[in-house]
Amino acid sequence: MSGDRVTKALLFISSLTILLLSAGIVVSLFGGAVPAFREFGLRFITSSAWNPTSGSEEYGAMSFIAGTVITSILALIICIPMAFSTSLFIAEYYRGTRTSGILRSLVDLLAGIPSIVYGFWGFYALRPLLVASGLTDQGFGVFTASLVLAIMIVPYATSLSAEIISMVPSELKEAAYSLGATRREVIFSVVIPSARSGIIASFILALGRALGETMAVTMLIGNANVIPKGLFAPGNTMASVIANQFGEASGLKMSALIAIGLLLFLITALVNYLGKLIIRRFA
Amino acid sequence: MKKQVLIILASVALLLVSCGGGGSTTGKQKQVTLSAAGATFPQPFYNLAFKKYNEAGGPLINYGGIGSGGGIKSLRDQVVDFAATDAYLSDAELSEMPGKVVHIPTCIGAVVIAYNLPGVTDLKLTPELLEGIFLGSIKMWNDPKILATNPGLVIPDMEITVVYRSDGSGTTYIFSDYMSKVSPAWNTQLGTGKALNWPSGIGAKGNPGVAGTISQSEGSIGYIGYEYAFAQKIPMAKLMNSAGFFIEPTLESFTAAAAAEIPADTRVMLTNSPNPSAYPISSFTWIILYSDLAYGNHTREAAGATVNTVKWLTGEEAQAIATSVHYAALPQNAAIQAATLLKGITYQGETLLK
Repeated sequence: MSGDRVTKALLFISSLTILLLSAGIVVSLFGGAVPAFREFGLRFITSSAWNPTSGSEEYGAMSFIAGTVITSILALIICIPMAFSTSLFIAEYYRGTRTSGILRSLVDLLAGIPSIVYGFWGFYALRPLLVASGLTDQGFGVFTASLVLAIMIVPYATSLSAEIISMVPSELKEAAYSLGATRREVIFSVVIPSARSGIIASFILALGRALGETMAVTMLIGNANVIPKGLFAPGNTMASVIANQFGEASGLKMSALIAIGLLLFLITALVNYLGKLIIRRFA
Repeated sequence: MKKQVLIILASVALLLVSCGGGGSTTGKQKQVTLSAAGATFPQPFYNLAFKKYNEAGGPLINYGGIGSGGGIKSLRDQVVDFAATDAYLSDAELSEMPGKVVHIPTCIGAVVIAYNLPGVTDLKLTPELLEGIFLGSIKMWNDPKILATNPGLVIPDMEITVVYRSDGSGTTYIFSDYMSKVSPAWNTQLGTGKALNWPSGIGAKGNPGVAGTISQSEGSIGYIGYEYAFAQKIPMAKLMNSAGFFIEPTLESFTAAAAAEIPADTRVMLTNSPNPSAYPISSFTWIILYSDLAYGNHTREAAGATVNTVKWLTGEEAQAIATSVHYAALPQNAAIQAATLLKGITYQGETLLK
């Protein structure tokens, strides 16, 4: 066999392995979720009951879907101004300068901090601040979790957006300058419009990350298995309830947790697909 | 092309098979290796005890703290030499096992009511107060009912924040078992279980999570394993036991709960003990193993090591280790019962302990 064919075969095997792995995950999630859906039907998605006491077992995913969606969207809203302005700063205003380089590495550094460290920081530093501000009694809840989530996803949104902003062809910008446009006008009428879909896509991908974040959220959200009653009320997310409860789960409860995992997988896949779709249109 | 795909599929399958067959529990090394998994509640004790046993020439024991439920599953799937659990197996669970399973109590752990209340370190609580606080009918620390039980104590005007375990746990099981015994309202509303449908409060993960949340939050109260409250110096409430005495959580008052009669298979909850000097929320924690150890690819050598390890664990030396990490030692009667049960363990019908 020629070297070329060997390389080809090796590449084929490794990509096939990825394919088999993803297929295996989906299949086992489906298989595990069947008992929960058979028992509760579509009510599993719409109900917010979560009663693990044997004899009166009832499981519904709504509280966790609500918790996940609310914290992620809130995190995205908080993240947008931070990430958007930072990416403009890095990729356009201070493009190629030392300041921009330092800032870019700092942003990348933020992306590399493990989730549990963000959780610790939120628990010991951010939470007491929120309590001292008088906004909340104990500092656990949707808002605290969203705030930490926002900081966690800023690096992803920032570096993707910066990448896309720096890809805007310089001919376009130069043409605008030659027509007498100011720097501000170039940014807002040329750079942002032509990078728009890419920037949106970067925020959607950041949202996808927020949806699945587990440890930091578990430490701060209060882990109450109910639909959050307010911004400062405790709640729980899909990823967090799985991490919390799967250790001692069995039977129907295990199936309910796997079903939540399947739903989370589907939601995240959908969000990522949307992001990719928008990027493809841009490219 | 089809042939190529087939060859690739076959090679992937081969690869998977060869990876799966690699990790066997009992190798051909001279040192016997045992694998065990289960409860996290007694894990600090087991870790230390197994380490010392290994240093003294015993087998190397890999204990995975994956929770009681995970331990039971591992034993059912016959992938461990023994498992550990905080809640004994029900008759239904026992019947799902592929073989007869024996429970061996190894020590007594207690669940304490820890709280964070500025200036207060001597709180007394009754079952009625626990019910009110955890079910949410008592919302303030200076509630007249709490003041009536604690005359002379200056309790601040603060909201009560209940902290509970967000993960399924033996600690929750022991606490809810006690509460269901003393409170009919609890029994109908929440019942007994490793995870409950809490009406209010904040969930934290693991004993360390609850302990950390309580020590960080003024006005909070929660239930945790004694050793965690002790280690972090969090105040613990004195509880009124079934004889009407307020009992401080101490190793002696935990052991006193087991001084009553214990059934032959040791499957009993020690909560709400009738003994007047007993702390009301304590429980055995068990090692579970098959009554005949010849299963799977289990060797006779591993079986012997398993029985000897568990026997050592219930003996004096290991019990002293338990006390040093704040678990209460087995009382005489329970230790004798454990020894009797271990004598009945066999390998292909042959007793392992003489």
